[in-house]
Amino acid sequence: MRSGAVAVERAARATTMPVIQVEELTTGYRRREPVLRNVRFTVERGALVGVLGPNGSGKSTLFRALLGLLPPWEGSVLVEGQPARPNPDIAYIPQRETIDWDFPVTVFDVALMGRYPRLGLFRRPGKADRELALWALEQVGLVDQRDRLIAELSGGQRQRVFLARALAQEPELFLLDEPVSGVDAPTQHFVFELLERLCRQGKTALVATHDLSCVAQRFDRVLLLNREVIAYGPPQEVFTEALLHRTFQSHLLLLRYGDRVIVVEGEDGDERSC
Amino acid sequence: MNGAVELLLEPLRYGFLLRALVAAVLVGAICAMVGSYVVLKGLAFIGDALAHVAFTGIVVAFLAGFSFYVGALAAAIAAGLGIGWVTRRVGLSTDTAIGIVFSGVFALGVVLMAIGIRTYTVDLFSYVFGDILAVRSRDLWAIALAGLLVVGTMVALYKELLFAHFDPVVAEAAGLPVGALQLLLLLLLSVTVVVSVQAVGVVLVLAMLVTPAATAALVARRLPAMMILAVLFGTLAALVGFYLSYYASVPSGGAIVLVATALFVLVAALVRGRGAWRRLMAARG
Repeated sequence: MRSGAVAVERAARATTMPVIQVEELTTGYRRREPVLRNVRFTVERGALVGVLGPNGSGKSTLFRALLGLLPPWEGSVLVEGQPARPNPDIAYIPQRETIDWDFPVTVFDVALMGRYPRLGLFRRPGKADRELALWALEQVGLVDQRDRLIAELSGGQRQRVFLARALAQEPELFLLDEPVSGVDAPTQHFVFELLERLCRQGKTALVATHDLSCVAQRFDRVLLLNREVIAYGPPQEVFTEALLHRTFQSHLLLLRYGDRVIVVEGEDGDERSC
Repeated sequence: MNGAVELLLEPLRYGFLLRALVAAVLVGAICAMVGSYVVLKGLAFIGDALAHVAFTGIVVAFLAGFSFYVGALAAAIAAGLGIGWVTRRVGLSTDTAIGIVFSGVFALGVVLMAIGIRTYTVDLFSYVFGDILAVRSRDLWAIALAGLLVVGTMVALYKELLFAHFDPVVAEAAGLPVGALQLLLLLLLSVTVVVSVQAVGVVLVLAMLVTPAATAALVARRLPAMMILAVLFGTLAALVGFYLSYYASVPSGGAIVLVATALFVLVAALVRGRGAWRRLMAARG
């Protein structure tokens, strides 16, 4: 009865309400030194949004604000119409330097952790949770690695484990901070494929990345960020020389082929796999 | 055969020796359980500091005339929460700060003890190296209660403690009270240290926290297995150490820790390689 009402309410929201509404957000860590200033954008359900900006442009800070881990100094951050707060409907994959890789946990253990926030205190994961964790590992192609320790995995496999954990969480919104930096080309390709598929199924994803060409090919929206929103819109509108230059200053190379603009990062212009 | 059984049973005819054995085994098990996280998260230094602060708490409690446990527990919990607060606020470079503060508090305890001995002619020094034969039945109750609390909490909140300590950033983002869980672990560590001080002493508590868990880390692949093995190693060290202490007439704390260390060396020699060493070295940082 009650869950039915919630489902109806959710369906109603799904059609009308943007997943993310950020209004005039100013926030940061140290007093009087905001990292983000007057940030304003809206994300519709099912959108795959690339967040682009140089290092230190506030991408991770924006994610922390969307998670409710960093309160707004000014303005507001609404997720599903509510002020942002940590909750299991958002799956977060941060940059990986905070992880303790030597912890004695297996691939399956990590995937199962995705279920923990859904279970509540004291409750142990049941059969359904274990099946979901296995399903998630299947999605990322790690199901036959499930008994290996995470310390034994390659960089690409590690990133897939955390994707599996995010999937097992069954979230509505994915926040991925540099999910393909330092992983092999097949994993990169795989991650973007998976994200596209998820967004087609009505999930929403924000992805911070340096990979401009992948964003140009696959993403619905691009948020150009450098302490403030430089531009926000579909890649073909946003990827102009002037806007990219304002975002990245001089680290960037632009190539034009006919009416197509191809963007290559100046620092590492290697062939990327989308 | 009969002779061996007789050898094992002989000390247990005496009530105080039976109490000592039960206390040693319980302390070995509890320390090893908490010790799994101490080893994984590199909390050894904090555990050591807590033991020293607990000693000062004991001295103060003695001089002021209230219960040993109240003093030690109050001091250790205050210290545990204080360390938690400092590490969360200031970051990792607090090792030096912890060292300074807790050496200072321990020194205060030593000085106060000297004053106490002059006045009361009581030997508080046994707490430095531990005296398991002095365990009274109400101490045994305290140890059992602490064990129930520590092991019960770690089992009941297994998944929360694991997530919060393995990947705090994501756990917090998913809505887990990570800060509270980290403080809870320090609280459990404080309780463990306090009930262990009488049995093995301030100096050797650290060994009981670290050595059995580190031995388990050499062979176990997953956390539950590591905890179970750590408890087994801790219990075994307590048992063997107890009899060694009885028959060789050596201090119980020292004997127990020596057995634990011997177990570590033995297991390490048997399982060389397999990445276990690397894991252990990394966990120390």
